[in-house]
Amino acid sequence: MSSSPISRRVFLKASGGVLAGTLAFASGPIALLAPTRSWAMPLDNLSSRQGEVLLAVTRQIFPHPDLEDAVYAMVVKSLDRQAESADFYQVLHEGIVELDEAAGGDWLALDDTAQLEILAPMNGKPFFATVRGDAVVSLYDNSLAFAHFGYEGEEGDGGYLTKGFNDLTWLPDPPQPEGGYLPFEEPTA
Amino acid sequence: MAMTDNQKTFTHDDDSVVVVIGSGAGGGTLANELAQQGIDVVVLEAGALHTTADFLADEWASFAQLAWLDTRTTSGSFRLARDFPTLPAWIVKAVGGTTVHWAGASLRIQPHEFRALTHYGEVEGANLLDWPLGYDDLAPYYDRAEQRMGVTRTNGNKGLPGNNNFKVMYNGAKNLGYACNTGHMAINSEPRDGRAACQQRGFCFQGCKTGAKWSTLYTELPEGIATGHMELRPESHVARIEHDESGRVTAVVYFDADGNEQRQNARLVAVAGNSLETPRLLLNSASEMFPEGLANGSGQVGRNYMRHMTGSVYATFDEPVNMYRGTTMAGIISEESRHDPSRGFVGGYEMETLSLGLPFMAAFLDPGAWGPRFTGALDQYDHMAGMWLVGEDLPQESNRITLNHDVTDRFGLPVANVHYDDHPNDIAMREHGYRQGAELYRSVGAKDIYEVPPYPSTHNVGTCRMSERPEDGVCNGYGQTHQIPNLFISDGSQFTTSAAENPTLTIVSLAIRQAEHIGQLMRQGEV
Ligand SMILES: Cc1cc2nc3c(=O)[nH]c(=O)nc-3n(C[C@H](O)[C@H](O)[C@H](O)COP(=O)(O)OP(=O)(O)OC[C@H]3O[C@@H](n4cnc5c(N)ncnc54)[C@H](O)[C@@H]3O)c2cc1C
Ligand code: SF4
Repeated sequence: MSSSPISRRVFLKASGGVLAGTLAFASGPIALLAPTRSWAMPLDNLSSRQGEVLLAVTRQIFPHPDLEDAVYAMVVKSLDRQAESADFYQVLHEGIVELDEAAGGDWLALDDTAQLEILAPMNGKPFFATVRGDAVVSLYDNSLAFAHFGYEGEEGDGGYLTKGFNDLTWLPDPPQPEGGYLPFEEPTA
Repeated sequence: MAMTDNQKTFTHDDDSVVVVIGSGAGGGTLANELAQQGIDVVVLEAGALHTTADFLADEWASFAQLAWLDTRTTSGSFRLARDFPTLPAWIVKAVGGTTVHWAGASLRIQPHEFRALTHYGEVEGANLLDWPLGYDDLAPYYDRAEQRMGVTRTNGNKGLPGNNNFKVMYNGAKNLGYACNTGHMAINSEPRDGRAACQQRGFCFQGCKTGAKWSTLYTELPEGIATGHMELRPESHVARIEHDESGRVTAVVYFDADGNEQRQNARLVAVAGNSLETPRLLLNSASEMFPEGLANGSGQVGRNYMRHMTGSVYATFDEPVNMYRGTTMAGIISEESRHDPSRGFVGGYEMETLSLGLPFMAAFLDPGAWGPRFTGALDQYDHMAGMWLVGEDLPQESNRITLNHDVTDRFGLPVANVHYDDHPNDIAMREHGYRQGAELYRSVGAKDIYEVPPYPSTHNVGTCRMSERPEDGVCNGYGQTHQIPNLFISDGSQFTTSAAENPTLTIVSLAIRQAEHIGQLMRQGEV
């Protein structure tokens, strides 16, 4: 690869790939939000394969068996955006090369356990730290993740006063005055 | 219309004004209290002016909007130095200061906690001291602060309604024989003081859009401006304080919104930049006469930094909780806040419900973690309840804010380095709290328990502490510095010890008391 950042950017643009998949859970909360079952995400700086590897790496670092690839793709998208910077790109590129070399060619082709055996010892190195550090934010800070994990995010902006802030019924309701009073309720004690 | 649009303004060479640095709990309250007495005040605030309409129901976006993100550095053995090396503290940089992000828990420091040295005795490695004022001195000002802030379960303000997270805490507390209620909160349980009742949004840490939660942003500051005796200058970052040959402060130098250096003359200066910036400013103001920094004759400026013993316990259940709905701090247990050395530590701690949204939960649950145990917790996010432990940490001379001359901010000023080592007492207390919290949740059927390490410090106190004798601290019981009579410390930096309770009610009470004292001194011509 050329060391000049300008020519490398041209090269990268040309190599911009696409990440695609199909929702695994047709009736999950994410399927309700998605217009179609299949999804595709263009990449500006990473190749399709690099995107696929990073998605698999993220799945290993933060394994949620029932979480759609479409949500993990948010991490790839975030990494792809930052790979605009040559230094950042280099960290990802070198990490992927290291994974493939350790796998004797194609890390993606390995099964889950074998993938993890190669990835885990890279904890602490820049590649692992970069993906983990980005994913711990980007994986959990989007509306698809909110729907999956059961967080209502911005929907709570108007307040839960009449929308279930105290709808828990599997424990007895605390008495008053300890449990307090609704805005329009007259204190009894 | 912004609150500053028609405010009274003062000229830069007006040396009759009191300059207050910082507009948060301490500075905002002090400025209003002075203005109410007819004293002219200029408030210099580094952060920008936002209104409640600007607030975002989005954790990271709100953090980016309002938090203090200028670089700080860390050292020491506390875990934050590893987890968040450039973010040791969660402080707001905006008009209103950290009262924009605070949760509203408003507890009084207990009488014995003002006399920590007397009650606990000497503790090895700790720099314990009694406050130069006692509970009875502050009690009338606590009354006034609670009145002004509308604290629930005081002054006839009814308790806030408990949310789901509270229900879990309450039932567990009952099993352990703990008293528990929805706490003393500076949040309107019904419309009051021209502000709405709490709508149970759960974004207290992101700024309260309804204004139900007290913040100087929409209470003290506009009230002060309305007197015609106060000018608020946002985006005014104070770089140093200047003094004359007699050693009295005369002016502050600051950078305005355009980065231009300005000088405001002053009759008196009150510093309320929160416990990291206040000592940084005094140290950055070193001069020929005060080579170690202003008011630092004792060498105590920046020392005795306390951040409270903290930690959180989260627990998961078979049934849903949805803890993020409703007030962030929805319930309080004070039963462990007593001083009872038989537990293996001096001082005590509070247990307070806490909830984080999914993004912050991922960031703070176990920083640096990965793999199935971590993801298993998040998989149960909507079945999770949580509490925060907050207790007394001991002052240590070596826990301190210093200037890091290798790292400068955009104005070229050395940044604050925060050095902190946990004292064995803090560790013993945290372990105790983790155990009690876990037991509480197990008693109502918890499946998994997560002991969560301290977040970037939300409570920062002690770095310019009050002391009876000048050699033990930086200021007297009114916050007046021992060395410079017209220089005051007006925020949590004054705390002689941290006590177990959340600090803000005490900061506000001290500011009200200080304002009265400054008014007297000014009338007597002493400052
Ligand atoms: C998420 C969160 C929850 C909290 N919950 C509670 C709670 O429930 N109960 C409680 O008691 N406390 C709580 N706190 C703590 C509380 O917010 C603080 O104790 C309190 O606001 C501190 O008041 P202060 O006046 O010392 O500083 P602040 O309120 O932080 O105000 C300091 C101001 O000074 C400005 N400043 C700093 N340096 C300069 C400079 N050089 N020039 C000009 N301006 C400067 C800053 O920008 C800031 O606006 C919470 C804090 C956080 C972050
Ligand atoms: S829960 Fe209440 S106090 Fe908190 S942000 Fe919402 S309205 Fe304000």
